[in-house]
Amino acid sequence: MSEEQIKSLEKQFEARIARDEKIEPKDWMPEKYRKTHIRQMSQHAHSEIVGMLPEGNWITRAPSLRRKVALLAKVQDEAGHGLYLYSATETLGISREEMYEQLHTGKAKYSSIFNYPTITWADMGAIGWLVDGAAIINQVPLCNTSYGPYARAMIRVCKEESFHQRQGYEIMIKLANGTPEQKEMAQDALNRWWWPSLMMLGPTDAESIHTEQSMKWKLKRKSNDDLRQQFIDQTVPQAELIGLTIPDPDLKWNEERKSYDFGAIDWDEFWQVVKGHGPMNKVRMKARVDAWENGKWVRDAAMAHAEKKQERKEKQAV
Amino acid sequence: MKNENLYNYILGIADNSLILGQRLGELTGHGPSLETDIACTNISLDLFGQVRSYFQYAAKIAGDERTEDDIAMLRKEREYKNVLLVEQPNTNFAYTLGRQFLFDVYHLAFLKELQKSADLTLSAIANKCIKEVSYHERFSSDWVKRLGDGTEESRAKMQEAINDLWTYTDELFHQTEADKTMVAEGIGVDVTKLKEAYYKNVSDLLLESTLEVPESKYFQKGGKQGIHTEHLGYLLSDLQYMQRTYPNMEW
Amino acid sequence: MSTKNWPLWEVFVRSKNGLEHRHCGSLHAADEDMALENARDVYTRRSEGVSIWVVESKHITASNPENNGEMFEPAQDKVYRHPTFYDLPDEVKHM
Repeated sequence: MSEEQIKSLEKQFEARIARDEKIEPKDWMPEKYRKTHIRQMSQHAHSEIVGMLPEGNWITRAPSLRRKVALLAKVQDEAGHGLYLYSATETLGISREEMYEQLHTGKAKYSSIFNYPTITWADMGAIGWLVDGAAIINQVPLCNTSYGPYARAMIRVCKEESFHQRQGYEIMIKLANGTPEQKEMAQDALNRWWWPSLMMLGPTDAESIHTEQSMKWKLKRKSNDDLRQQFIDQTVPQAELIGLTIPDPDLKWNEERKSYDFGAIDWDEFWQVVKGHGPMNKVRMKARVDAWENGKWVRDAAMAHAEKKQERKEKQAV
Repeated sequence: MKNENLYNYILGIADNSLILGQRLGELTGHGPSLETDIACTNISLDLFGQVRSYFQYAAKIAGDERTEDDIAMLRKEREYKNVLLVEQPNTNFAYTLGRQFLFDVYHLAFLKELQKSADLTLSAIANKCIKEVSYHERFSSDWVKRLGDGTEESRAKMQEAINDLWTYTDELFHQTEADKTMVAEGIGVDVTKLKEAYYKNVSDLLLESTLEVPESKYFQKGGKQGIHTEHLGYLLSDLQYMQRTYPNMEW
Repeated sequence: MSTKNWPLWEVFVRSKNGLEHRHCGSLHAADEDMALENARDVYTRRSEGVSIWVVESKHITASNPENNGEMFEPAQDKVYRHPTFYDLPDEVKHM
């Protein structure tokens, strides 16, 4: 194809997206569109499955049977969501194994928040309430993104995730209304998860690359800073309602903006974690790599068995 | 307690599901593939659902303040009545699936009988569980076949797991005192009658999976009397951690 | 020893009798039995279905969007295939 032809195709392509038409797997698409989508969608999938680990850490220790089944179901949903997203990404011509390879070698990123440790039961509450809360803000607009398989996967994800945040907030309510010790546990979790949750919404607009192109392709509908403000504005009253204090002395309602002003985020910490030096980066990655490598003989056996079965079937047919 | 035999009988049934569910829960997030991970978590969820039905009923029978969680998490090690089989660790996927298979075949046969119980609550619970467990049995049988008749490596691993777990199978058919009373009252299941069909079904599937049926006649027992393997203590310290560390609180 | 990866399968779920099976996503499985079991565990966890079809993705033949013009546009001007093409007197309310 000549450069001119490509330019014209690209123009038509952008026009389709501007008209809110969806792009489907076999449609022509600019290479950059394909690559950007593979990167963002696989990163999203990786976040789901790495995200299983900090919560999975408490499944065996959940304090009641009711909490245990809710947590099991939630972590299982995350596996499901990873699966939907990997499948959607595979329509762009990359295999799940290749994506795992990128994750395991550190080439692909996942959400930095999962590199923090879950050290008390209240962390299950804080993750559901804050981390899922922030994730929902990010994800809901993606139900309308331009790439069909991604949008469809996100519709399913958002529908299923609606119980996740409630599950977390309910844990927090119970703790906040419990004994002083329980309330302290809840406050401590909020103190530790608040800032990482704000960071999770991405670097400030000034430092964020890709944003403009992503907006055009509806991979992003709002800037990181707008999302962060939305998250803060919706979360602060929820904290107040259950008597917990947001750990930010500069947090103040701004009547003029009808929004909360908030304190400075420690971006050095953010970049440290993103670059692989958070408290749990190595542990999380080891858990993923171990699961994959220890599972190899199982996956191979299943394939070998399937082939034998097929051969037998063919012999019978002859 | 007025109906202590029934209470103990229910705990004996439910503890198997509790401990096995807990074991499977350890694996969530660490399975050999996402699909398998989701499937094993589903089995765990089914088992915990069953546990809750049984313990809620047991709590009602006890008729005091105790709750399903007290029963699940606040007993001492010797008071758990599960069979030794279900507390065995997830050494590798062959052990996990082998344990599941050896239990599922028993569990399904047991529930089919429990459906006929004169105790209407137990028969209703059995009626619901049987659908779940039929699926478990299908799932674990399929996997034993895959691993048995898969690669050389997987056959060796599956055979090793079956050989090691075999010693815990006989206990499934031991009758406790509570069992005997409950059988006499038409409430309980006579597990001794399930034994022959069990070994036949298990053996058939092992042979179909190109595996050998272990010949060892040396069996371990004690779980039903609360005398467990060393593995259970660690499992319980996780299971009970919150309730022990923060007593008398609501979660 | 086989080192092939589990192939991809497409999953179709009938949400209740009377409705058609609809494509709801895909998954990996070594064989058709596993594909069905995985589909049940992945796509019907919230009672979404009463029947499942699975088909290995490589067996699906799809039309090429580049041929959309010749494939689908010729149908657009065949308006006589639709009831609104035909004139009816106002007195006839339902037909």
